[in-house]
Amino acid sequence: MTESNREIPGIFEGLLATARRDLLLAWKRPGDVLNPLFFFAMVCTLFPLAVGPSQEQLEFSGPGVLWVAALLATLLSLNALFLSDFEDGSLDQLLVSPQPLPVLVLGKVLAHWLTAGLPLVFVSPILALTYNMPVTVMGVMMLTLTLGTISLSLLGSIGAALTVGLHRGTALLSLLILPLAMPIMILGANAVSLAAHNDVYTTGIWALGAYAIASVSVAPYATAAALRISNE
Amino acid sequence: MWKWFHQLASPPHFYRISAILSPWLAVPGLVLIAYATWQGLFVVPMDYQQGDAFRIIYVHVPAAYLSLMAYMIMASAGAIGLIWRIKLSHAVAAAAAPIGAAFTFLALATGSIWGRPMWGTWWEWGDPRMMSELILLFLYFGYMALRSAIDDTAKADKASAVLALVGIVNVVIVHFSVEWWSSLHQGQTVFKRGTMDADMRLPLLMMIIGFTLLFGSMLLRRIRTEVLYRERRTRWVREMVLSPEGAA
Repeated sequence: MTESNREIPGIFEGLLATARRDLLLAWKRPGDVLNPLFFFAMVCTLFPLAVGPSQEQLEFSGPGVLWVAALLATLLSLNALFLSDFEDGSLDQLLVSPQPLPVLVLGKVLAHWLTAGLPLVFVSPILALTYNMPVTVMGVMMLTLTLGTISLSLLGSIGAALTVGLHRGTALLSLLILPLAMPIMILGANAVSLAAHNDVYTTGIWALGAYAIASVSVAPYATAAALRISNE
Repeated sequence: MWKWFHQLASPPHFYRISAILSPWLAVPGLVLIAYATWQGLFVVPMDYQQGDAFRIIYVHVPAAYLSLMAYMIMASAGAIGLIWRIKLSHAVAAAAAPIGAAFTFLALATGSIWGRPMWGTWWEWGDPRMMSELILLFLYFGYMALRSAIDDTAKADKASAVLALVGIVNVVIVHFSVEWWSSLHQGQTVFKRGTMDADMRLPLLMMIIGFTLLFGSMLLRRIRTEVLYRERRTRWVREMVLSPEGAA
């Protein structure tokens, strides 16, 4: 009994091992990380081209545009969350592992956020500059994006788990996740535009923080359940 | 009581009971709707502020209420199916989704038609209830899309049940976030209606009850079709279809 117990790593080690593996995979395939970032930058470029280069208008719509672009870029990267694991069979290994599945899912989502969410947060000030956003507002924007992308990664993992292995996965994933993700965008984008108008913006930040905490506690269980269902 | 409940969960038994029950819901429902329509259109006096336009609430309010009710039924039936593995429960969830989506669309369409003369616009992005209802419609679409994308029925049932449950948590968050968001966009005409007159309220209540009964009957009919399709390879279905009376 003690023999076999010693062979199984602890819960925390399982989480870190899963995260480390995904980070290593991302390091070996930098395109997967960079593509959503380029997409993020391009969507931000599309808006001025579509609505016109008027400085005033861009200052007004900047927070919203950046948030929409971040939401879409995250969606783009979510499809790959379980796909390669599903294709090469390592997802089955996760499912039969002695570690609790929600913890391993949390590890995967952590790696996803570090490679897809966090880079968006760091790139966003550069794009915000082109929209003429004041530096103080940029801080608020980075904070809302940090909290928001955590929730988006977790919420998206549920959708990715539900659609893994389906032929029409990508379009379906967006259809499932976008309505659920709208509150995150509403809270984030409006907190930034309130900050831009020197208004009280803390309500949105607190709500986003609460959303992130709630998703960390609940979403891994839903994702684990969805993964088990998809791989029956 | 429990025995009755367990019997109801068996598909052949449900199929028999629902055949008897469905017209008992549909006929009173239609009578109530017909009576309330006549009352609402011809008997109830005009609103002193909104004129005749207010009469659309007799369709709008029941539709909006049923759009939420259908979602609750869909999600709770999915949860029951997930937890206790009752097959019939998943059939209920599958049958409720399109009806719910239809009522959501009806609520949006009637709201928009009412908004044209009242607010001067077909669509008001600043109104929290319209936004919540629109997001609800999208949730229904996602639910139905996921269901149709998975070929294996058992898998589709469970996956869509998880989605419906995640959605139900989100409906609450959507509601509050949209409320907070629209409070920032002040300045639109918001009608502060006083308490409704009893003459106006009575047909509305009848309409709500009538719509609910009709919804129940439609739901039963859809579940019957769903059950028949899902059980198409079982003996009781084959025997029933081949019997002289056919599939009654």
